[in-house]
Amino acid sequence: MSSPKVLILRAPGINCERETHFAFQRAGGAPDYLHIQQLLAKPDALDGYRVLAVPGGFSYGDDISSGRVLAQEMKSRLGDRVLRFVERGGLVLGICNGFQVLVRLGLLPCTQNRLEEEVTLTHNLSNHYECRWVTLRTQKSRCVFLPAGLTLRWPAAHGEGRLVARDAAMQKRLLEDGYAVALYVDEHGKPTEQYPANPNGAPLGMAGLTNHSGRVLGVMPHPDRSFLPTHMPDWRRTMLDRGSLPEDGDGMVVFREMVRVAKAES
Amino acid sequence: MQAWRIDVLVRPEHHDPMGRSALRALRTAGVEGITDVRSRRGYLLAAELPEAQVRSFARAVLCDPVIDQFVVHAPECTAQEPLPGTHMVAVVPRAGVTDPVAHSVQKALADMGLPAVAAGTYKGFDVQGTTDGPRLLQAARRALANDVVQDVLLDALPAGLPVAAARTDLAVHPIPLAHLDTAGLEKLSKDGGLALDGVEMTVIQKHFQALGRAPTRMELETLAQTWSEHCKHKTLTGNVRFEGRLIENLLKSTIARVTHTLNRDFCVSVFVDNAGIVKFDDEHSVCIKVETHNRPSAIEPFGGAGTGVGGVIRDVLGTGLGARPIANTDVFCFAPPDLTPAQLPQGCMHPLSLLKGVVSGVRDYGNPMGIPTVNGSVHFDENFVGNPLVYVGNVGILPTARAHKQARTGDVILALGGRTGRDGIHGATFSSLELHTDSEKVSSGAVQIGDPITERKAMDAVMRLCDEDLFTAITDCGAGGFSSAVGEMSEGLGAVVELGDAPLKYAGLSPWEVWISEAQERMVLAVPEAKLARALQVCREEACEAFVLGRFTADNRLVVKFQGAVHADLDLHFLHKGLPSRVRDAVYVAPQLSEPALPAETDLAGALRAVMSDYGVCSKEWIVRQYDHEVQAASAGKPLCGVKEDGPADAAVLAPKLGSRRGVLLANGLNPRYSRIDPAAMAECALDEAMRNIVAAGGDPDYTVVLDNYCWGNTRDPQALGELVRATEALCDLALQYRTPFVSGKDSLHNEFRAGDRTIRIPGCILVTAMSIVPDIARTLTTDCKRPGSLLVLVGATKDELGGSVYYKTKGQLGRNAPRVDKQSAHATLRAVHRAIGARAVLSAHDLSEGGLGAAAVEMAIGGKLGVTLDLQKVVAPAGLRPERLLFSESQSRFLLEVPPDRLADLAANLAGVPYAVVGEVTKAPNVVIRNGGAPLCAVPVADLEAAWKRPLDLDQTLVAGGAK
Repeated sequence: MSSPKVLILRAPGINCERETHFAFQRAGGAPDYLHIQQLLAKPDALDGYRVLAVPGGFSYGDDISSGRVLAQEMKSRLGDRVLRFVERGGLVLGICNGFQVLVRLGLLPCTQNRLEEEVTLTHNLSNHYECRWVTLRTQKSRCVFLPAGLTLRWPAAHGEGRLVARDAAMQKRLLEDGYAVALYVDEHGKPTEQYPANPNGAPLGMAGLTNHSGRVLGVMPHPDRSFLPTHMPDWRRTMLDRGSLPEDGDGMVVFREMVRVAKAES
Repeated sequence: MQAWRIDVLVRPEHHDPMGRSALRALRTAGVEGITDVRSRRGYLLAAELPEAQVRSFARAVLCDPVIDQFVVHAPECTAQEPLPGTHMVAVVPRAGVTDPVAHSVQKALADMGLPAVAAGTYKGFDVQGTTDGPRLLQAARRALANDVVQDVLLDALPAGLPVAAARTDLAVHPIPLAHLDTAGLEKLSKDGGLALDGVEMTVIQKHFQALGRAPTRMELETLAQTWSEHCKHKTLTGNVRFEGRLIENLLKSTIARVTHTLNRDFCVSVFVDNAGIVKFDDEHSVCIKVETHNRPSAIEPFGGAGTGVGGVIRDVLGTGLGARPIANTDVFCFAPPDLTPAQLPQGCMHPLSLLKGVVSGVRDYGNPMGIPTVNGSVHFDENFVGNPLVYVGNVGILPTARAHKQARTGDVILALGGRTGRDGIHGATFSSLELHTDSEKVSSGAVQIGDPITERKAMDAVMRLCDEDLFTAITDCGAGGFSSAVGEMSEGLGAVVELGDAPLKYAGLSPWEVWISEAQERMVLAVPEAKLARALQVCREEACEAFVLGRFTADNRLVVKFQGAVHADLDLHFLHKGLPSRVRDAVYVAPQLSEPALPAETDLAGALRAVMSDYGVCSKEWIVRQYDHEVQAASAGKPLCGVKEDGPADAAVLAPKLGSRRGVLLANGLNPRYSRIDPAAMAECALDEAMRNIVAAGGDPDYTVVLDNYCWGNTRDPQALGELVRATEALCDLALQYRTPFVSGKDSLHNEFRAGDRTIRIPGCILVTAMSIVPDIARTLTTDCKRPGSLLVLVGATKDELGGSVYYKTKGQLGRNAPRVDKQSAHATLRAVHRAIGARAVLSAHDLSEGGLGAAAVEMAIGGKLGVTLDLQKVVAPAGLRPERLLFSESQSRFLLEVPPDRLADLAANLAGVPYAVVGEVTKAPNVVIRNGGAPLCAVPVADLEAAWKRPLDLDQTLVAGGAK
């Protein structure tokens, strides 16, 4: 079985492309970089890939609002090609700024299978950027690759990460209908809206979303900064307690599972 | 220019963090009667855009459909009636100030197929409550804006878009000098902001007299930039008469001599490039540079600190044949944040505003660049009022084969990145003058606002140009702009420049302004003719603007033209070597100080709490967390460590090559307070602290390099220069002992603030930054206690050295006995501790610095969420030292190690010959228990000390407390 091809999208201000590339490679994928300029010039290039990854960063400076300008560019110039990519069996990952782009594009949560903004990722209640490790609990969800019931520690690093739906009813539906894939949890493992376990104040503790078909994943915290054992914040204590380091850090599961599913489906 | 104004508001049922933060800021500034603040994000679009298109653009792009609403004000609408009981404050960038968002607005217009008309942005605040308008306006100028770069309007909308001045003076402007005497030359220099003195002006006068012509304005400006203290370091490279000796070229005979004497084989390139280059592994090298951006930050902390970060990143990007930046480091010095308004001299920003501005400036440049900020420190002293210090550093990685560069005759000069504007004109010469009460008014042209995404595009383009090997030399545009970049690169060659094709931010710039503008985000490269087309293609693909600025020649002349007319024709030899060498007198008179007669400490717990909550010692988590320290996924030792990631780290640990465990450690040392007692003590302690931090984290003292960054007062005063020489000689003596080469350095002199007839001079500071290479990051350590039952071993001797200590500071004293480093034993101690760590005898390690043994032990306990006991009687020290002195002495070359009881023999074997003692243990019960033999002198819950340590600079909490809704 050949390695599934992964498109790592580049754009002005995207800055996590190298670690995302490395993580997919480590998981057995075959990643390529493609600059948005190149993709816009040849949109058919998308068809050659099994996975599209939109890495983190500050696309176009996050001017106007985070991810807005890149999302607008993709919406105006690519139309619903990304939606069709998903319908044809592609998988999509958006991390941090990539998640913001996918939400503005309307690809997440995409409950009606059309590109429409149903939720937003907006300013943290603290009104500033913050970099800290958080604990996530993955939910029973529509996502076809991220297993439920995992407790994961990933670093969050954002200023606009508060996942807010139009109203409270919609926010609740995201959880009940299996769109919310991961929640911020406190030290007792309970979903939380309290700072700092929930770094941005997202209602119901929502940290990530999938779409109606479960083939698109968007997360605010970074699996691309937690895939090696030495990425983990307290790995020295782990090494001391276990006598050795584990093979992976907590973020690796995302890349392994996406590559596994892409391989299995091809 | 008339414009549509679009206000975007968060709908009332949703949170508005920006409004809430403005509410806190206004309340903190003392505005009373405010009940709520809601924010507006304002956009200006040129009036020519039809209303229907304005509305559809606002709906699709400017407004978040989930939580926002928007209002459109027609171009002809002039007044804005605020709602009853509400004032509206608008914050608008001043004309000419970079507004990066406006460019993105234009891009989004074009993406939607609409005309990309002129655009602008502003911020608005609806302030509710019974507030006095003029009082609100006055407070808003400071609390919500900086009026150096922003206009603040009350109950009015921005009038429209600024129209760039059409005046363009293209004339050459010869400046006759021949008839002037020295006083006349000095006046000419002063009036023109050239910062050249009478002797230097006379040399220029003679040079042009011999040529039989007057210099042009551009030539004078070029000479002033190149000969500025900022670019030429004329004090440090000058000759000094000191204590009966003549020191020729101070820098060469001290700092550089250390490096050349040591001749370490891992130094790849030192003192010749933008940054020092050090071997990392068989294939790659790492390079490092630290800079200061003090003056711009004093006036506009956000822009000043941000562009400082941007500048040092470009330094590294322009090192060798291009290095990839992998880490930022930053160190700040401010006056105490609790300064009362009465203590604040006129014309100064409050230190708390400076701190917040500087932190957000570093954050909003470093984070978007995708470069982790991994290490830093913050220091406080009253004399930094008016003249804060902002050190910014960057580390890069590059193939060792690409460590050297050389432009060739015939190569094209390619400029890329940002456009040129009037920003930062005279930055290099401004930084060579002292600040004063009116600096804000006269020097705002020297302030720049950064645009990190433009720099990111430039960086992405340069990295691809590197990969394809498309250039022969590269440098950044820093102080002096094109004039310095091209001037430096063409040394030994010559260049012809045509400025007429330079893309400008706005019309109206004179040729000399284009030449010396310090507009940010620009790089200059030498590209062989045959590779030019490909290089331009790569820049287009990366959406990075690039243009041909000129060509390197072979006649050693720098010829600058504008649309064909020659504006400068300078002999490069004169430009680079014509600066007259000077002899300055230096004297050192030690200050008259004495040790305080303090009563015996009766409340050791209280003293410990006071030390932990000193601004210098306390947790900097509020700052650290605003920086991205994880991007690039290289972080293997974070700025905060321990079970809850809140203990302080001694050094940052990076594994920059993904998949490899080879690592880089980064640390620093600085203690301005010792300088008030003895600059030699300050210098030694800075180096020892930086080395201790490296060693405590697992670094090898014998594979470590250091950088020296000076910030000093006015060195034209012989005493100030004498202090500098004394500090430098002490620093160099110790570096020779440690065998640590200096690989780069920088100086910022004239750090003084003139308030009326009072001159406030900063304490002379040398920041020492240390970088170490480790073969395996798995062998590095953190500071947090790991296991109950471990022994705590104090390495090094404790002396009666509390001069300049935090303990004395909490008692309002300075003292006289500043710590000195014992040159005979210090290196052996570093090596022994490193050996012990290598033998796996140590679970965690922390260096002893500010706050001494007490602070180090408490910090290890906080990180590990465990307790510690200390028996001060065990400490290796002269007999009779009182407990508080043993606990808070700041003697150097000391470490606190956590050692498993069964590894004590191994530890002992490795520490042979070095003083050490088992002074306590790690306990499960989370208390700090201190005895001096006998019964406990104090037993304090760690949580109690942790709270005292975390509170002072937790600014979100502080602000909430000051103005909760």
